[in-house]
Parts: sequence; structure tokens; C-alpha cells
Amino acid sequence: MDGLLEFWNMIWPGLGKGIVITLQVSAVALVLGVLAGLPAAIARVYAPRWLRWLAIAYIEAFRGTPLLVQLFIIYYGLPDLARLLEGLGLPSQWLVLENIVAAYIALGLNSGAYQAEYFRGAIQAIGAGQMMAARAMGMTRLQAIVTIVLPQALRLALPAWSNEVAYMVKYSSVIFIIAVPDLMARGQFIISRYYIPMEILLLVGAIYLVMVLGIATLMGQLERRLRIPGLELEVERA
Amino acid sequence: MSQAIVRVEDLHKTYGAAEVLKGVSLEVDEAEVMVIIGPSGTGKSTLLRCINLLTRPDRGRVWVDGEEITAPHADVDRIRERVGMVFQDFNLFNHLTALGNVMVGLTKVKRMPRQEARELALFELQRVGLRDKADLYPSQLSGGQKQRVAIARALGMDPRVMLFDEPTSALDPELIGEVLEVMKKLAREGMTMIVVTHEMGFAREVSNRMVFMEHGVIVEEGPPAQLFYNPQYPRTGAFLGKITELYGRREREEE
Repeated sequence: MDGLLEFWNMIWPGLGKGIVITLQVSAVALVLGVLAGLPAAIARVYAPRWLRWLAIAYIEAFRGTPLLVQLFIIYYGLPDLARLLEGLGLPSQWLVLENIVAAYIALGLNSGAYQAEYFRGAIQAIGAGQMMAARAMGMTRLQAIVTIVLPQALRLALPAWSNEVAYMVKYSSVIFIIAVPDLMARGQFIISRYYIPMEILLLVGAIYLVMVLGIATLMGQLERRLRIPGLELEVERA
Repeated sequence: MSQAIVRVEDLHKTYGAAEVLKGVSLEVDEAEVMVIIGPSGTGKSTLLRCINLLTRPDRGRVWVDGEEITAPHADVDRIRERVGMVFQDFNLFNHLTALGNVMVGLTKVKRMPRQEARELALFELQRVGLRDKADLYPSQLSGGQKQRVAIARALGMDPRVMLFDEPTSALDPELIGEVLEVMKKLAREGMTMIVVTHEMGFAREVSNRMVFMEHGVIVEEGPPAQLFYNPQYPRTGAFLGKITELYGRREREEE
């Protein structure tokens, strides 16, 4: 019993704080991902050619390169750029980011690229007839997108988006490399301090698992709440 | 004196190598019901879509209710409000109930207060006999009911003219009658209508004028009696003979 108490004191509150940081970074990055991904998806489907290419460039750049490279460029690379700007007498300090901010942005932009593709697939699954009917009654293109296409597309995208939430919680663990004190970083810290790698890695892994399962349950409930008769069939077909 | 609600002048439309419309002109007067017939692929649907500019013609002009929708700076969205359109495959908004489908144009396009929009939408559903289905989603309705909701949705916008693009072609035979009934009622109430259809019974009974189109041009135009019983062109008679043979059996069964 004493041994167990001692173990608990070893890991707590460190891992607890790590859990909070992991969830916090995941949540912020997911929101940034929606803010980047949804406009990118809409641009990719509906925008004029130059904007469509811009969206494609963003999506492919962030899906086609390692997350770690993106993280390093944003955290270590941007300050280099800042020095360059400073030499030219331009405002530059905004490019030097705190590590957790770099984590938000890297994970957010990376997730946004993947989310854009989920959203695009869902938007394209909504038949052209919906847009035509909306325009025929006098809606502008934007009105039709916002009131007719997106409410359906977002529901269709929800299952894929739920996966993205689970991925995010797990993949955010790379940010321990730039010393953001997330769950993974706290685990590493405890391992290096007490040298009990197997116990801690198993425990940290189990905590990630519980978080992911919890999120899956919550997302399942959200899907059920937003369900509309007839739309879920299209999910299966999509 | 009657005034043209829709005027189409020398419409041309080419898709790739296929010239779908080769100079079509027509006029539809107030309270007139025009039925357009012709083999598939002869530009009937394209013609309808050019009238509310869902398809932009390569050449030609279109006036709706005296305003030119093809004018360079025409407010197309505003003019479209006055043109109701009913599609072959309904195109009901799948995430909205029957009531929501009729309301959304009223609240979003006409900026009507919700309560007022709701009452008007219920009235329009009543008109097509579906007030009791107001809270059902499209997937919970039969094809015939979907098309009637689509008609109610278009009527809600208080259009000057209704365009019907093969409104019964996607329906099971036993559901066609209820949609045609609603359309006949509209015609009796004085709605101006342009109807692309193969329903010859409807054409004979309801339309004031029939247009036979083939290969992107109007071959013959006139009162239904002329096209049915005294066509001026052999092609018209041949087509009508074929279509009546194809569809006639069902019509006889209905009678």
C-alpha cells in the first residue's frame, strides 16, 4: 500500500497537469483547424481558380510534409525569418513564438489541412441539385452555401471529424519535443527522474487510450443528437 | 390586354461540341400554361434553366415580368425570386422538414419574420394538401409528396411564373396523379406555367399552348388541339403518336 502511495506521489500532480495541457492544445488546435480547414474546403469547391489553387497548395503542403518538420519550422524557423526582417527594419517580434503557441499553430494548420479534405468530401457529397434549388429561389451563392450546403455537409463530415479529434489527442504528443509540458513530456520527465520507463509509458499510453475512448463516446452522442432522418444513409454511402 | 410574363429571344447554348439550343424564341402571357414536349436531349430542360439563368445562354435575351434577366448588370437573384422552379428529382433540402423547406426562402431571401413565414408556409403546404406532413423530413415522404412540397416551396415565394422540369418523370406511376392534380389546380387559379412533360393528358387538358421542340429548335407551336389532331409538321405527329402510345396505356387505366 505504501508502495502504491509512493508511486502516486511520484506521478501526481505532474501527469494531471500534462493531461490538462494535452487537452488544451488539442482543443485549440482543433478549433484553429476548423477555422483554416472549412474555408479551405469551401474555397476548393466554390472559389475562383486562383483561390482554389491557394487552398490546394495549403492542403497539400501540410498533408504532404511531416508534422515534426512543420512544428520545427514554425518554432525554430520563424525566429530566423524574424532576424532577417529586423535587419530590414520591419516589425519582426510577432514571428518569435512561445513554444505552446507554436504548438497550437503547427497542430492547427496541420489538422486544418486534413479537416479541409473531410469537409470537401462532404460538401461534394451534397448533390448539385441542392445548390441549384437554392439559387433558383433567389439565394445568393453564399446564402446557399451557409444555409443549405454546410448544415448537411457538416453532419456528413462529423464521423470523419470525430476521428480527427482522436488523432489530435494522440499526435499532439509530438510537442514534447519543443518542451511543451503535455502528458507525454510529463511522462518523459518522470521517467528520466525515477527511471521506471515501462510503468510510466504504459500508464501514459493508458491515459491517452481513456481520453480517446471518452472522446469517441462524446462524439457518438453528438452525432446521434444532430441526426436527421435520411442524412445518415448518405453517410454510409459517402 | 395580356402582357408577356416570360419573353425569350433567340437563345443559343452550346455544351462542348453539342449545340443544344439553336435560336429559340417564345413568349408566355399571364395565366397561360405552356407545355413543351419533344424527344430527350433536345434542349427542353436547358431552355427552362436559361429562363431563370441557372444556365447562362451563349446568346439571346430573356425577360421575366418585363425585366431583362440577361442584362449585363441585372440583379439575377432578385429576378429569380419571381420564377418558381420545380425539378424532376425534387431537390428538397434534406436537412429541413417539409415546413422548413417552404420557410427557408421566406426567411432568408424575403427576410420575412419567422412567425409570419411559418404561417405562410403552412398555408402553402395546405394548398398542396400536405399540412399534416409539415414536420416530416424529405426522406420520410413519398416521391409524390416530395414533389408537392417542392411546389409549395416555390409557391411560397409568390412567383409570377412557375417552371416545371419534367415534374413527374421520377415518380412511380401511382404517384403521378397527385402531383398533376396540384398542377391543374394551380393552372385553374391563374398561375402562369411553363411545363416540360411527357404527360399528354395534362397537356391536352390544361395547356393553352403547346410547343414541340426537336434538335434545339421549336418545330411547331400552337393550341393543343392543333398539335394533337392537326399537326402542321409530320415530325410533330410522329412524336405525339409515339409518346401517346408509350404513355397512353397508363392514361387509359387511370380514366
